[in-house]
Amino acid sequence: MRAFALIAVLAAILLASGTTYAVDPTEMPTPELQRRYLGLTHELRCMQCQNEAIADSPVSLAADLRRQVREMLIAGKSDDDVRNYMVARYGDFILFRPRVSSRTLWLWSAPGVLLLIGAAVAVRVTRQRAALVDQDNEPVEEDIRSS
Amino acid sequence: MNRFVLPLGVFALLAIVLGIGIKHSQDKGTIPSPLIGKAAPQFTLPVLTDTSRTFSPADLKGRWYVFNVWGTWCGGCRQEHEALLEIRKTTQVPLVGLDWKDEDPQALQWLSQLGNPYEVVAADREGRIAIEWGVYGAPETFLVDPQGIVVYKYIGPLTLEAWQTQFVPRLPPEQAGKS
Repeated sequence: MRAFALIAVLAAILLASGTTYAVDPTEMPTPELQRRYLGLTHELRCMQCQNEAIADSPVSLAADLRRQVREMLIAGKSDDDVRNYMVARYGDFILFRPRVSSRTLWLWSAPGVLLLIGAAVAVRVTRQRAALVDQDNEPVEEDIRSS
Repeated sequence: MNRFVLPLGVFALLAIVLGIGIKHSQDKGTIPSPLIGKAAPQFTLPVLTDTSRTFSPADLKGRWYVFNVWGTWCGGCRQEHEALLEIRKTTQVPLVGLDWKDEDPQALQWLSQLGNPYEVVAADREGRIAIEWGVYGAPETFLVDPQGIVVYKYIGPLTLEAWQTQFVPRLPPEQAGKS
């Protein structure tokens, strides 16, 4: 319980400190555009650092890509227009959430397949255990005598 | 015995699948360009050495050219510079430079001190054209054919060896060498 409280406190500190590191001060003209801008800049990968979104990255390419997103949104482009623009230039890799295509189908289906395998194993194991209980209702003495 | 068969089988299958994945995955540092096989992005930018003029890839229509993205802030670009100068001497394919997010005076100084391997250098001061070309880290070098199609992209400092093995075979022989 104590350890849990400690973890909760540490997690809270970490989360709170994260917000102080915002690298992107951009403010969009309307709250709606701001919401879409933040959504997009968090789902596009910074290609230089690769494990950061362009929203969180201080490198100059990320700033240029944020400018591109901002300008496209202000020009009235849709979120998908922006995604398509980026994918056409940088490839699927720029999206943190890979698209469903023939190449990524196995990736998207993996959780379901793994879940099915897990369920099959679980069913098998419970059936076996149930069978064990059925067999185990013989008196213990009899086991000893028979052996 | 029997109860080991299934886990072992699953393990073997996983090992094979992951093994294939590792074998076929490219170097994580290089990401394939979706521009290969597509038309090179068009643009018009000031020429670094004479900003009263502009350069556009359309000017090179009908010719093979090498499109090299560099900047004076880029360590790998310094590293590949000797190779570019050497390549310039051996081929008649023009080298086009894209000076990416750079200060003009510094770039000019770089070229006058180290030598200028480029037929023309376009100044992409704001980095907009680099985005059009899907550039994510200089140096990057593209090969474009006479129809304006991107044929190949090389990521990282270019070497003479990479030029010989990756670029020359893609070029018509009479273009690759100096006539």
